Amino acid sequence: MDYRISEPVVGPRPEDALPDSVTTAVKVVVVGGFGVGKTTLVGSVSEIRPLTTEETMTQASAGVDDIAGIERKSETTVAMDFGRITLSDELVLYVFGTPGQQRFWFLWDGLFEGALGAVVLIDARRLEDSFDVMGRLEERGVPFIVAINAFPDAPSYPVADLRESLDIPDAVPVVDCDARERSSSRDGLLTLVRYLYALTTTTSEPR
Amino acid sequence: MKEPKRAKPRPWEEGGPDRLYLLADDRNPPEEPVSLDVVTLIVSRSEAGSGMEPERASIVGICGYPLSVAEISAYLRLPVSAVIVLLTDLLTSGHVEARASIPARTMPDVELLEAVMHGLQNL
Repeated sequence: MDYRISEPVVGPRPEDALPDSVTTAVKVVVVGGFGVGKTTLVGSVSEIRPLTTEETMTQASAGVDDIAGIERKSETTVAMDFGRITLSDELVLYVFGTPGQQRFWFLWDGLFEGALGAVVLIDARRLEDSFDVMGRLEERGVPFIVAINAFPDAPSYPVADLRESLDIPDAVPVVDCDARERSSSRDGLLTLVRYLYALTTTTSEPR
Repeated sequence: MKEPKRAKPRPWEEGGPDRLYLLADDRNPPEEPVSLDVVTLIVSRSEAGSGMEPERASIVGICGYPLSVAEISAYLRLPVSAVIVLLTDLLTSGHVEARASIPARTMPDVELLEAVMHGLQNL
């Protein structure tokens, strides 16, 4: 990543500008492994071309996973894609995609603080990638739903089987999702928000 | 072990990110640090001053309409952490204002969730 700004900064296109009346911004996070479709989902629901923000990772990553080419670097750049949905004159929703692997958890501190909740995006061909992520979200007290991205060649498991193999609590919604489709991705987010709503309205006693 | 040691250690890596930390003006540290989230909305309150560093001037320049901290980071191609440092200065100097993002809490407001649901349903 080049930190130097040698060219004039180009801001949002005029048609991408938020109305000045917007006062409140909320965020949800889409978590999943590499290639699971986070960027696709963010892109399909976003009203703007997805943007990328980057952070530098300085922790040693050797041996944590086997992504070729970055094992021995002591410093690497992690990109997070995000998109935006203007929900009303006052309210805007940001959708962030972030990698689920343990060595990226340092990114989560600022990201999950204040987030409404998370969508754990799963590739049914690689279920094992998802265990750590869900455990970590539970530890953090971040409510989440599980969305199974519909890859054409992925095995089609009954939801009950997925629940069992992933040890997903009964209360947590599990939905199929085609991240390429705007309406399907939107429905995934909607499932999350409905779930949050149910949690909020049934937890009447302050803890 | 035959490799000779460098005569002089190099304190800087060329092109490294060290420079970022020099951008912040700490002569006037804010009395109370503003808590900026990636979705805190920033709006300019003034034009960029002529003596302003390019990075700060860029922020003031693109925030004529509300932009989140994350969007500023993306457009400036600077990490969020660096943007937050710059924004803290600009908030202190009054060049920009921050619109409060939703504070962290155990459960979000019912009304807020209703508004989010309603907005998503209407997409």
